[in-house]
Amino acid sequence: MRLTQGCFSFLPDLTDDQIRAQVQYAIDNGWAVNIEFTDDPHPRNTYWEMWGLPMFDIRDAAAVMMEFTECRKVYGDRYIRISAFDASHGWESVKLSFIANRPKEEPGFDLRRTEGAGRSIRYTTHAYAAQRPQGPRYTSS
Amino acid sequence: MTALPNAISEPPATIDLQEEFAELGVDEVLKALDAELVGLVPVKTRIREIAALLLVERARQKLGLASEPPTLHMSFTGNPGTGKTTVALRMADILHRLGFVRRGQLVSVTRDDLVGQYIGHTAPKTKEVLKKAMGGVLFIDEAYYLYRPENERDYGQEAIEILLQVMENQRGDLVVILAGYAERMERFFTSNPGFRSRIAHHIDFPDYRDDELLAIGEKILAEQNYRLSEAARAALGRYIVARKAQPHFANARSIRNALDRARLRQANRLVAGSAGRRVTAEALMTIEAEDVLASRVFAQAATTEASHG
Repeated sequence: MRLTQGCFSFLPDLTDDQIRAQVQYAIDNGWAVNIEFTDDPHPRNTYWEMWGLPMFDIRDAAAVMMEFTECRKVYGDRYIRISAFDASHGWESVKLSFIANRPKEEPGFDLRRTEGAGRSIRYTTHAYAAQRPQGPRYTSS
Repeated sequence: MTALPNAISEPPATIDLQEEFAELGVDEVLKALDAELVGLVPVKTRIREIAALLLVERARQKLGLASEPPTLHMSFTGNPGTGKTTVALRMADILHRLGFVRRGQLVSVTRDDLVGQYIGHTAPKTKEVLKKAMGGVLFIDEAYYLYRPENERDYGQEAIEILLQVMENQRGDLVVILAGYAERMERFFTSNPGFRSRIAHHIDFPDYRDDELLAIGEKILAEQNYRLSEAARAALGRYIVARKAQPHFANARSIRNALDRARLRQANRLVAGSAGRRVTAEALMTIEAEDVLASRVFAQAATTEASHG
């Protein structure tokens, strides 16, 4: 099951040139670009790990692409997203976020139903990948 | 991006270099360089040559003749105050206009900005600087300090390795300009042969002649709406000769500092003599001979002469 979070996730995967163009757009708007990665794809998992620090004072997307390539070398089997943070007063929030790298196989989510009082049902989702311990979740073995 | 098949984006058959030259505004930058920088004839010639080379390279790219981006890394050697930083700034502009760097910013750094203080500190620091400079020009002032042979545990070597790697692999993304005094840079290159082979253009900045320094002085003052009186001009000429004979002479920078001190004395003189009088704009603008002649340099020159004779 294809994970759909952030921008462009219903489109085919972005090519490197397209990623570069998006990053340049963020930089031209004065947003700080971050690279984050995770192997827990749950939609409520907001705490992705950061690859390095947010890149505040760069001018060209080549710098981000350099870091992104490095990150992909190490965590190519996980989800990597690129987000752009607008630090200007009144916004101070992420303005653009998209998945730039995803594992080869995405096992998807398991829907669990919990029966409560009076036939009520509560639903939760669990990523199949997250059933394995952190780290080797997406390595095919 | 360039997924179009060749049949559609057929390269043009001919290119008018002059038109290209004028259109890009490179000529303006070069003219401004000629007009605003005094002297430095060999440097200006060399930059013109590089600009011409890049223009041709660009035309070749358009006609589909060139494949790789050219190596543009440079080294500027010369004594202090000979205009290396100023020229580097212009160089960034020229490269940007010709499209060899995408953004055209100049990031000026020294050893402190690249080399860390403890293990594991250097690589992130150097990378940070490189990232800032991507799409523009990285100017490393006094680059020979990066290499310290007397300390084998020095972290400079690590910064050098990262620099070399990026200079080689990301030639299209940034241009590195190394600057420093000629003989120390020479030693730096002999101990780091990797650098020499990755640098395409070595430009030597000559020292200024006395009359050029005087012209620079007047230019600096004119920018700040000051001017020299006739006597002050002669005094400054004598000052330059005397200052040159003394140690730590830093060409245009010494002149700038001397003029800053002259302005200080002029201000002092005007305030001291202002009791019961109004000053004119003329007086506020003019630096008199006494402002220049009060310099310590003349006193020292006199004592050395006295001790010699």
